[in-house]
Amino acid sequence: MEQHLTEIIVFTVLFLVVSGMGFVAARWRRPQDLASLDEWGLGGRSFGSWITWFLVGGDLYTAYTFVAVPALLWSAGAMGFFAVPYTIVIYPLVFLVLIRLWSVSHIHGFVTPADFVRARFGSPTLALLIAITGIVATMPYIALQLVGIEAVLKSMGVTGHLPIIIAFAILAAYTYQSGLRAPALIAFVKDTLIYIVILVAIVVIPVKLGGWDLIFDKAQEKFAASPAPGDGILLNANNQLQYITLAFGSALALFLYPHSITGVLASRNRDVIKRNMSALPAYSLLLGLIALLGYMAIAAGTTPIGKDNNTIVPRLFDQMFPDWFTGVAYAAVGIGALVPAAIMSIAAANLFTRNIYKEYIKPDATNADEAKVSKITSLLVKVGAVACILFLDTGFSIDLQLIGGVIILQTLPSVALGLYTRWFHRGGLIAGWVAGMSAGMLLLYNVGNPATGKLHFAGSAFPLEKLGLDTKMTIYAGVLALAVNLIVAAVGTVVARAVNAADGEDTTHPDHYFADEGDPRVKDLDFSPGAPKAH
Amino acid sequence: MTTPNGDRSDRSPWNWLLIVPIVLPLLPFLFNHDEPRLFGFPMFYWLQLAFIAVGVTCTTIVYRMTKRGR
Repeated sequence: MEQHLTEIIVFTVLFLVVSGMGFVAARWRRPQDLASLDEWGLGGRSFGSWITWFLVGGDLYTAYTFVAVPALLWSAGAMGFFAVPYTIVIYPLVFLVLIRLWSVSHIHGFVTPADFVRARFGSPTLALLIAITGIVATMPYIALQLVGIEAVLKSMGVTGHLPIIIAFAILAAYTYQSGLRAPALIAFVKDTLIYIVILVAIVVIPVKLGGWDLIFDKAQEKFAASPAPGDGILLNANNQLQYITLAFGSALALFLYPHSITGVLASRNRDVIKRNMSALPAYSLLLGLIALLGYMAIAAGTTPIGKDNNTIVPRLFDQMFPDWFTGVAYAAVGIGALVPAAIMSIAAANLFTRNIYKEYIKPDATNADEAKVSKITSLLVKVGAVACILFLDTGFSIDLQLIGGVIILQTLPSVALGLYTRWFHRGGLIAGWVAGMSAGMLLLYNVGNPATGKLHFAGSAFPLEKLGLDTKMTIYAGVLALAVNLIVAAVGTVVARAVNAADGEDTTHPDHYFADEGDPRVKDLDFSPGAPKAH
Repeated sequence: MTTPNGDRSDRSPWNWLLIVPIVLPLLPFLFNHDEPRLFGFPMFYWLQLAFIAVGVTCTTIVYRMTKRGR
């Protein structure tokens, strides 16, 4: 720990400065009243292009990505680069979908995807399923942010769980106080730090190592020597399908997560979202370069601490940078974990409050009640995430996250397709959800990893030979489960119509999906009584 | 101000352009090669990074052409 003293001091100072900003954020952009869910949970829904860019970017590209993606390249090679096509495909894919969600949400005052589903399909049951799916999928995601912080702390020689608990207690306190404004403000700092660190890293480290050519050649040598069949700096015949289905499936999943939707709904108008969908890929470039840190670590002969591959990037920084700059880099990762963790816990809390508490527990809850319950739930969600880290081993939280991606995908027919078509019957959607969820669990249960000796839930690459196909190819379990979901939902819809089963009422209207800022029906602050309508 | 009962919709032929950046990165035969290298990067890496520019260009064009303006 002694030899990391400079790093620890720089890390701690930056961390505390940012935490201070989190507390001040409540006063930023002078909200009328934080005692309403719209203000606390959506920042008043008035964020312009820049803030949205930082907020959504801070949301999607998490500390965990920065640590885990290079670690994956370090250990498996080209497969880990799926993060790049994944983050290219996502923006054009959701470009048109999310603006429809923005419009309909702003007319009806929806805060969560489950709110939308309830109104669209007239089914509280379906909305409850969507809400539970969102909360369950989000928890391990928050836990993973802690894995990122843990990797950094470990590399500084700080062990034990107390530092993590302190970091999260601080996070919990300022989220409680400032709501969505805190992560929006901190995201500026986080991104600035990360950009500086990465730009320095991708210039300095390759020069020190003797150039990019050499880095890729060293990586190739390593994979050629390793006995594992799937690794290499290029894809092979058997993992190409996995590569593209994982990229595509992850892209579909990402914007179904409640926290991504929170970031999007908080923007001021439809053009802000569109502009962001074209500007956000700047982060993808960053992510692609960060991914290559994994190969730099191979060329530099970096070794992980113990068997924890997530320490590869922090260790590489330690090896390559002067101590003070390593401290800055560690702070970037640590702060980078707080932004998404805050947004995720807020989104999960909104789901609970709106779709479980108000729907089933206390239907006559006031705005102040809602805001209070949401704040407390966001605390509980964070306690749950810390518990995940304290009581489960790190490997297991990563697997939980994989499962999270597969299960959140099962909300696609109701949420994403629901924005386009009302063809599905609520009964069919519920049946599809059940079938997709079961299929997903069954598939993941059957994914083993011979290298680690784990027989079940050891990844998301499902071998097609288990379906009786004569091939060594693998496919992302999420897209198979989604296919099952869609087929059952479609068949269920046809059957339900055939037997004239009662369908829910759709309270949305086709032109609600096109409304924009300036439309008198678009509500900005309808939750807080007496607050002026912003136009 | 926009009209509340407008007959506007999301439809625009420009939207079709969004298909390009969705499909390109999902075609491994395009980029799964080592040669030619660019600045030391195997093709697998530089071409996929280049697709980011394709994505930005396509979404920016669609944004500009379908923007409502105020």
